[in-house]
Amino acid sequence: MDNLILKVCTKVLFTPIILFGLYVQFHGDFGPGGGFQAGVIVAAAFILYAMVFSVEDCKVIMPPKLNFFLLALGAFLYGFVGIIGLILGDPYLSYDVLGSTKEAGQHIGILLVEFGVGLTVCNVMISLFYSFANFNFGKKNND
Amino acid sequence: MMSFIIKNLPILIVITPLMFSLIVAVLNNNRLAWALSTFATFLTMIFTILLCFEVSYKSNISYYLGNWPPPLGIEYVIDTISIIPIMIVSVIGLIATLFAHNFFTLEIDEKLVSKTYSLWLLTIAGLIGLITTADAFNLFVFLEISSLSAVALVALGSKVDRKALVAGYNYLILGAVGATFYVIGVGLLYGVTGTLNMGDLAQKIPALGLNKSVIVAFAFMMLGIMVKAAVFPLHIWLPNAYAYAPSPVSVLLAATATKVSIYILVRISYTIFGSSYEIYSFESLRYILLYLAILAMFAGTIMAIFEKDVKKLLAHSSIAQIGYIILGISLATSSGIASSFIHLINHALIKAGLFMSVVAMGYYTLKRIDVNTIAGIGRRLPITFFAFVICALSLAGLPLTVGFISKLYLIKAAYMSEGIWLPFLILVSSALSLIYIWKLIEGLWYNQKNSKPEKIKELPEIYIPLLFITFLNIYFGIDAGLIIDNSFIASDALISGIK
Repeated sequence: MDNLILKVCTKVLFTPIILFGLYVQFHGDFGPGGGFQAGVIVAAAFILYAMVFSVEDCKVIMPPKLNFFLLALGAFLYGFVGIIGLILGDPYLSYDVLGSTKEAGQHIGILLVEFGVGLTVCNVMISLFYSFANFNFGKKNND
Repeated sequence: MMSFIIKNLPILIVITPLMFSLIVAVLNNNRLAWALSTFATFLTMIFTILLCFEVSYKSNISYYLGNWPPPLGIEYVIDTISIIPIMIVSVIGLIATLFAHNFFTLEIDEKLVSKTYSLWLLTIAGLIGLITTADAFNLFVFLEISSLSAVALVALGSKVDRKALVAGYNYLILGAVGATFYVIGVGLLYGVTGTLNMGDLAQKIPALGLNKSVIVAFAFMMLGIMVKAAVFPLHIWLPNAYAYAPSPVSVLLAATATKVSIYILVRISYTIFGSSYEIYSFESLRYILLYLAILAMFAGTIMAIFEKDVKKLLAHSSIAQIGYIILGISLATSSGIASSFIHLINHALIKAGLFMSVVAMGYYTLKRIDVNTIAGIGRRLPITFFAFVICALSLAGLPLTVGFISKLYLIKAAYMSEGIWLPFLILVSSALSLIYIWKLIEGLWYNQKNSKPEKIKELPEIYIPLLFITFLNIYFGIDAGLIIDNSFIASDALISGIK
């Protein structure tokens, strides 16, 4: 797509979309939002970039290998925060021990876990987009 | 350290494969991925063995996730009943992982091997999670984890045969239907009781009396899990999924996936709805299951007799064997359920051994393993063939093998509750199963019409898992005390839950 207006608008919008995604992410404790919604919003920024420029350009800013690594890292973060509670002597996924008080611990725990969820959801969306964009419909798939 | 491990055993058996699957996914080195997967399944098995000892002391271990007590939080329960399928999954998981290395490197794109191991561990984690959880909705989550990763594993067979994609798609759709039915049932139950914990549900359901939502919920949950367990008319996804999957995946799924579903079937009907036994008389369901099981015994065997593709033949025979297991459950007596637990374990050993030896024979040709294409291959691979014959005879139920033990107890239980006609039918279908077993042995050993000098030799790397499982087939056929005692303890615990 070779349209100057679209390209300029995308460049302008790219960072605010990610910023809004982060707002939804970290505001999830107090209001509507959380990892799932935030992940999709952040992924939308990358997908918009890929649609207006090209998938190859998008792969420069988000290489498929990094994408897959972050995908696994998000889920790993979720599990690992649970394991920290386990090591500190509480049952799995118990966040009480993470902070100085129980409330602070739950706060830190849910923040980290939701960040893991957001990371995974964002990268799953991007990798789904990549795999559909790379699929040669009707041609033999050599990849 | 030890007390920390002991305290957290119920969760460790689930998160060990789960966390390792995320680590393995990002590795580039295929051999390292395999080594880590083996390590993860080995750790899981160690934890399971520790858990066995723990259960034998306490008989009931309850674990609260995140320190939230049930019914609010998610509870994991390990008792004398659930330890049996956990043991099956972790032992078969380790053996199949040891077995998998050669086959995955051959049958799957090199780039995808480490991701395959990730899915593999995810399937194992999902299956163990299904068994340990005592939360009806958490069970649905694990149902999805295990079946979605299993679908992806089946579809990976597409490098060898493109039909794997169709098989995986069918498995996906039918599996999703099953899971959706289950979750509809859970939703209805939650609507009328306001709880998702299985123990809590069991206490609250009898108070509702004859409530239509509960009856519908029961029907939905049972039907959904019956699709997953491939009980006879709902088995359509199974033969193709097992036949076209990569070889190690066939081994893992055939030995564990349906077994776990059958365990859930038992759990739903006895633990959740068991205390309302008088209200929803189990009798009506019991007779449906009984006749479906008899149909499965014959339909599966007859389909296997007319099948040429060896992996599909074994899958059809699995349907018949699931019929035997369901038959034991439908008798609804202590000895009946014990016999189905015995067969649950034994069939896992038999089918794992059979699939291993059969796919090992097809290793060098990489073609579909057909009764005609493998003619005379047994003479080239005597050790693999030996393992195959032992497991095949075990399937037929020859004395001194595990198959005999399970048939013996099943026939005894059937005779005690239904009279002579049911043991007669079991014996007839066992006799019929000899036809397809003989067909395989004849093709492998006696038939030598097209023995071209192909490059076929033994595969020493798989001796350890293959011969170990063959050894177990004989060992538990001679000294079956361990399996039988634990099965009877489990079935008594289930029956006493009703009263």
